[in-house]
Amino acid sequence: MPDLSPAREGAPSDLIGALRAVQHGLWPRKEFAQAALGSTINGYVFHLGLALVFLGYAPHIAFVQRLSGLSWPPLPDAVMYLAAGATIVSLLLAVVSRLTNAVLRKISTADDLITWTLVMLPMLTGMSVVVEPSLAILARDHVTYPIPLAIHLLSVELLLIWFPFGKLMHAFLFVFSRGATGMRFSHRGVQL
Amino acid sequence: MSTASTTPSAFDRQGSESDKLRIDAAMHSFVSEFGITTALHMESCVRCGQCAQACHFYVTTGEAKYTPIYKLEPFRRAYLRQTSPFAPLIRALGLIKKPGIADLEQWQELLYDSCTMCGRCTLACPMGIDIAELVKEARHGMFKAGLVPERLALMDRTARQWGSTATPGEDLPEILAEASRLHGVEIPCDLTAADILVTAAPAELGEHTKALADAARILNRIGAKWTMAQSGFDAANVGFNNGDLELQERLTRALIDTAVRIGAKTVLLPECGHAYGAARWEAAKWYGQALPVRIIHMTEFLDELIASKRISVKKIGGTATFHDPCQIVRRGGLEAAARRVLAALGFELIELQDHGLASYCCGGGGGVVSNQRATPLRHKVFEMKRKQIEATGATHFVTSCGQCRITFEMGAKHADWDQRTESMLELVADNLAD
Repeated sequence: MPDLSPAREGAPSDLIGALRAVQHGLWPRKEFAQAALGSTINGYVFHLGLALVFLGYAPHIAFVQRLSGLSWPPLPDAVMYLAAGATIVSLLLAVVSRLTNAVLRKISTADDLITWTLVMLPMLTGMSVVVEPSLAILARDHVTYPIPLAIHLLSVELLLIWFPFGKLMHAFLFVFSRGATGMRFSHRGVQL
Repeated sequence: MSTASTTPSAFDRQGSESDKLRIDAAMHSFVSEFGITTALHMESCVRCGQCAQACHFYVTTGEAKYTPIYKLEPFRRAYLRQTSPFAPLIRALGLIKKPGIADLEQWQELLYDSCTMCGRCTLACPMGIDIAELVKEARHGMFKAGLVPERLALMDRTARQWGSTATPGEDLPEILAEASRLHGVEIPCDLTAADILVTAAPAELGEHTKALADAARILNRIGAKWTMAQSGFDAANVGFNNGDLELQERLTRALIDTAVRIGAKTVLLPECGHAYGAARWEAAKWYGQALPVRIIHMTEFLDELIASKRISVKKIGGTATFHDPCQIVRRGGLEAAARRVLAALGFELIELQDHGLASYCCGGGGGVVSNQRATPLRHKVFEMKRKQIEATGATHFVTSCGQCRITFEMGAKHADWDQRTESMLELVADNLAD
């Protein structure tokens, strides 16, 4: 049923309320920061590392360019190796935490381990094909290690197939989920 | 998710329906709750567990089963099996087990005894999942299944019969007359026309009639044309807490219809948190259109009277700390209003370590205070609150919700604690300036 209650006097619009909630969700409130600090930092390391590797690695950009014609300047290989290493470490920390923390063990489902595995696989198979600098790879007009590369692509495809079935959908839904609560709260005059 | 529990679950049953009928009723109700917002919230959870540290029941016991999102497990399974985008696939492959009667019985404790729907977990969730709202929706299914703590079910039956958990409407004139005599203030009842319909919380119709007298003293001071009415007087909507939607609607309509009948422009709610949640934010839903009356909580009423100088109060002075009732502040938006009233009373406010939006619940909201089964849990939360209150060193401890006050009083009695929990309304009424 729709909410027909009058909004609190002076309450911001639904859109502003939603956007504020999206922004507030970027970091825990100070009351929860101590308890959530480790998992939050680990989450940021993982997401930023993954984004850097996916979007900044020269062979990835070349792959996108072949398909769409779009390209952008790559990041140095050293940055990529560092980002990939940090991402893998963050994933390992996440799974150790999930398997050892009593709360996480209680609430975990098969989705968590399936998703973790399918995210880890492209990282590992990707690292296995990084045997020479980006410039050398791109200078060649053919692939010298087709099977490892095919496995890497296959692992990415598995990840994409799984994407809509599990928790990976939070990548899109978090905006709407936070936004819906932000609208409810701002309607009531609650300033998050 | 794991379904193992470290302690035996407590559960009650109402009615004599078969297990199958109970499960069907719960599932049907769960499914009817799955709108867009609920689906977004169910799909967005990454099971990070950050909600655990926000919950007073987890924090004070350390038991993982009190992790807020875990309290929604049967609800989650119902969603995935019945409504999620891949529900047919999930059912066909048997990927998610349908909640059984044992699950629902086990989760009765998690949904009713160890959740006050305070919404602190909602603030902590990085995905913005409104877990408190989802628990409320899950309770609807539990009520339909006849799986509610018996004490709450008893209150429900009483309210269905009387329109109140405290007294039948026909006894109201006598109660008000007695309160009027006892406290020396006129309390009008059943006027055929008035500007303000004044409502009460159940305890105010029993041992706390001073709250009625306090409200009356202030209303009479400003010369308001007001009344209480047999046809709609109890604002603490027990249907809202129990998950009884039919009762929630009936109790809500009683207030609004009475107000409309007597030409009131305002329904004044007592110092009660869940009354505010049920009436201020959900009444229009049941009425089916924008309300023809304004619904206002006692806290904002006092704030407006003081700000507009219709009343003035004597400065009490000294130090005070304030417990923020969850439904009035975190889920109601009246954080600043309460503090303005305290400032008008001349208090130097010393905030609790966790205050305002992030204040911990008293431990008795959502019907938990009435659920005697949950008493040991409630006492653990009281200990945490007591330490925070004592740490402020404040002379006065004030709140603006009668249920919170009763919860603190019960905790204090158990712990032999001599700090009095003061009502904001009472402080204002006792200190009206000439």
